[in-house]
Amino acid sequence: MTGMANPGKSAAMTDLAHIRNFAIIAHIDHGKSTLADRLIQVCGGLTDREMREQVLDSMEIERERGITIKAQTVRLNYKADSGETFELNLMDTPGHVDFSYEVSRSLAACEGSLLVVDSTQGVEAQTLANVYLAINNDHEIVPVLNKIDLPASEPDRVVQQIEEVIGLDASDALRVSAKTGEGVHAVLETLVRRLPPPKGDAEAPLKALLVDSWYDPYLGVMILVRMYDGCLKKGMKIRFMASGASYQIEQVGVFTPKPEKVDELGPGEVGYLTASIKTVAETRVGDTITEDRRPTATALPGFKPSVPVVFCGLFPVDSADYDDLRDALEKLHLNDASFHFEPETSAALGFGFRCGFLGLLHLEIIQERLEREFDLDLITTSPSVVYRIHVADGSTVSLHNPADMPDAGRITAIEEPWIKATILVPDEYLGAVLQLCTERRGEQIELTYVGSRAMAVYRLPLNEVIYDFYDRLKSVSRGYASFDYEMDSYREGSLVKVSILVNSEVVDALSFIVHSTHAESRGRAICERLKDLIPRQLFKVAIQAAIGGRVVARSTISPLRKDVTAKCYGGDITRKRKLLEKQKKGKKRMRQFGNVEIPQSAFLEVLKTGDT
Amino acid sequence: MDGASPGDLAVYVHWPFCLSKCPYCDFNSYAAEASDHARWRQAYRNELAWFAGRTPGRTVGSVFFGGGTPSLMEPATVAAVLDAVAGHWTLADDAEITLEANPTSVEAGKFLDFRAAGVNRVSIGVQSLEAQALKFLGRRHSADEARQAIALAARTFDRYSFDLIYARPDQTATDWRRELTGALPLARGHLSAYQLTIEPETRFFERRVSEAPDGRAEALYDLTQELLEAAGVPAYEVSNHAAPGQESRHNLVYWQGGDYAGVGPGAHGRLTGDDGTVRAVSQHRAPERWLRAALGDGHGNETDVPLEPRERIEELLMMGLRLTDGVTRDAFGRRAGLPLAAALDPASLRRLEAAGFLVDDARGLRATPAGRKRLNAVLATLLA
Repeated sequence: MTGMANPGKSAAMTDLAHIRNFAIIAHIDHGKSTLADRLIQVCGGLTDREMREQVLDSMEIERERGITIKAQTVRLNYKADSGETFELNLMDTPGHVDFSYEVSRSLAACEGSLLVVDSTQGVEAQTLANVYLAINNDHEIVPVLNKIDLPASEPDRVVQQIEEVIGLDASDALRVSAKTGEGVHAVLETLVRRLPPPKGDAEAPLKALLVDSWYDPYLGVMILVRMYDGCLKKGMKIRFMASGASYQIEQVGVFTPKPEKVDELGPGEVGYLTASIKTVAETRVGDTITEDRRPTATALPGFKPSVPVVFCGLFPVDSADYDDLRDALEKLHLNDASFHFEPETSAALGFGFRCGFLGLLHLEIIQERLEREFDLDLITTSPSVVYRIHVADGSTVSLHNPADMPDAGRITAIEEPWIKATILVPDEYLGAVLQLCTERRGEQIELTYVGSRAMAVYRLPLNEVIYDFYDRLKSVSRGYASFDYEMDSYREGSLVKVSILVNSEVVDALSFIVHSTHAESRGRAICERLKDLIPRQLFKVAIQAAIGGRVVARSTISPLRKDVTAKCYGGDITRKRKLLEKQKKGKKRMRQFGNVEIPQSAFLEVLKTGDT
Repeated sequence: MDGASPGDLAVYVHWPFCLSKCPYCDFNSYAAEASDHARWRQAYRNELAWFAGRTPGRTVGSVFFGGGTPSLMEPATVAAVLDAVAGHWTLADDAEITLEANPTSVEAGKFLDFRAAGVNRVSIGVQSLEAQALKFLGRRHSADEARQAIALAARTFDRYSFDLIYARPDQTATDWRRELTGALPLARGHLSAYQLTIEPETRFFERRVSEAPDGRAEALYDLTQELLEAAGVPAYEVSNHAAPGQESRHNLVYWQGGDYAGVGPGAHGRLTGDDGTVRAVSQHRAPERWLRAALGDGHGNETDVPLEPRERIEELLMMGLRLTDGVTRDAFGRRAGLPLAAALDPASLRRLEAAGFLVDDARGLRATPAGRKRLNAVLATLLA
């Protein structure tokens, strides 16, 4: 197809030559949303009032954290200086490494990207990773220096940085203030001029990319699609090539950003469809949608089923909330099939679920949504990565839960996942950052300087990263380091399972797997914390950290020596009895270990501080 | 209860006013003066009549004036209360009539008048016999005044007791041994020794005064037991010591789970009904509010609720195990309406027995000395 007007299609569709699909790549707070809002406004997509409503409609957590979890898209109609009207499809991509696969699918749906860099700040690690993803997707990249209205703006320095760090010609970078609107017109003109139009054949069998999907309480599952070949229209029976499921289309439409029904979607366009689909589990990001009766010969490349990399247990603080937790997980799962959950039972924490996530942020988001939107009090056990355990009988086990680790005697080798991490940090903090990486068993791959900033690329074991690495990195760099990673490989390691014992009984929820060189210090840290968290009792409490039968750290809580109310007369009885009743209620949240009662709050605290 | 007699009734009278509020005190007390003593007399009379209506035909074995500082009451008020008690109930010939007194000269000066009103026992808030400690505790009297008040009580009443507060910050075993040994000759048959505890909403709490760490608390407690036992006034309760037969009859009612009427602001009561159900009653705490209610409605009752069987069991154990003699099978069965064995969790009991904190035998259930000084934790385990 050359993109010339095609006589066979309806007037609702735009010819390929007048379509531009683009994404915006930016670090948090570099002005992605402001620029997007400004583009929408300039193209007349929303009134000022609707703008505000639009913002309010997005997920609370997304707004608070300044991240996008779900891909969103807006169709803009732009009348260019040439007099031609273009259909611009802005794809708002998830902005975090946990969702890098989702990002890659969103980018695959576009021909180009705006690379937005805060001209007062410079390039950050997050930007870097996404720019490379865009380059891998053959994107035309338009550098945009934002916030040029601010006095601290240093566009020349940032241009140099983009060229040195990313290796991208930034000499014609656009200088913009999304806030004041300065340069926004140039952005639109450049998009139209520089980005190639999409390719596609309206007559060929349907081929569309499933970019994202979410659950809408009124319409069921909504699917965001990027069209390649053929057309999508109401009533058509479609098939998802990876999952095999087929459905009859009920509605097709586009976002302006309000959802608006259209008759059909043609090649190169971006829009949505609904088809009475009950759960997003059947609509996998990256899947190819085709027509059931006339399928395309080859699916689009790059589909990967989502694989959780971080696991943890989620338990209700009050065991009576178990059913509510299950219902809540099922509801969230309707909208996010990338997290997994299955029932888990813990002697320490009772009934709960073992859950798998795309990463730590994903874990936090789900946890926070469960607590906020479903009003649940949760205990989250320390996150674990997926280990590959090679057992003596020759089989390999994927271990999601340290409590399920086979006997050490049966294990021939353990492999752990490693990541490739990119850290950008001002010079003055580099030493501390390098030391942190070394402490966490990191292997340096690359160390380069760009002006006063250094870029360190490291190979790190993921289990070292989920153990408070972000917090430590932030603290040693006073918040100036930015960090990003991608999964690298599985490698054999000297890994051991450390069990925590209270009066000789294993507290299953506190077991963890760690490199043998860190077993003692981590074990000791937990013993010491538990010592402070478990109230003194009538009996001595011995806390131990052990690898198999070998104790590597211990602490002792000495028994109570005196604990009796001095004065208790007629007027005190009611109050004292109520105090006792309150204690009894608290005991429902106690777990018995031998003759020791441990308040659930102690586990909660140990797990919360991320010391495991 | 099968009509078993609930035994003697005890009457508690609360006088909420003090000259000043002590920094450790979390009682329902106020540094103020009574607005009008005659109105207070009438209010007490009204409330006694109200209680009498609910406990007809009972014998009163003890009356206790507590506070606050009841030695600030006009003797006429004390007399009016005792007249009313004698009028509504049968007042036992050997009834114990105790009044709490502070050892300032003014209050001690009223001892004879209180005796004339019917009081036969005083409990004196000495707290310490050391000048510095008295200052720390916010007391308005000197050590000499305390000695004189005790001497006067000894001349005026057959029975008296006094309170001491120990385990104060920085107080060593040597300090306490000296102070307690010095106080012993002043005692006659009864003595209360309380460890200082820091309660919320007290000035000590606000000042972040800390309680003795439990190692020192235990050592001082053990020393107290040792010295007072040797002196012939062994502990009969966690903080109360008496020569045999000199125990406070009134306070034993609380610890043994007997019935008591509580009149005055914030006073509590336990009353056994005809069907054996025990009701917990309490009066409005704020003095003026109570006064208005008692004068207007005839009583200042705020809550009046039946105790659930489980609550009754808990109270009997919670209070009874404070006593050296513990809870007897007989009394427990009578008061709880079920046998002691049926009220306890056998596994917890066995664990506490094995650890040497409780003894369960033919007589009943009691705490060992080791169990008594950790009674809160023992109860938490036993009643879990």
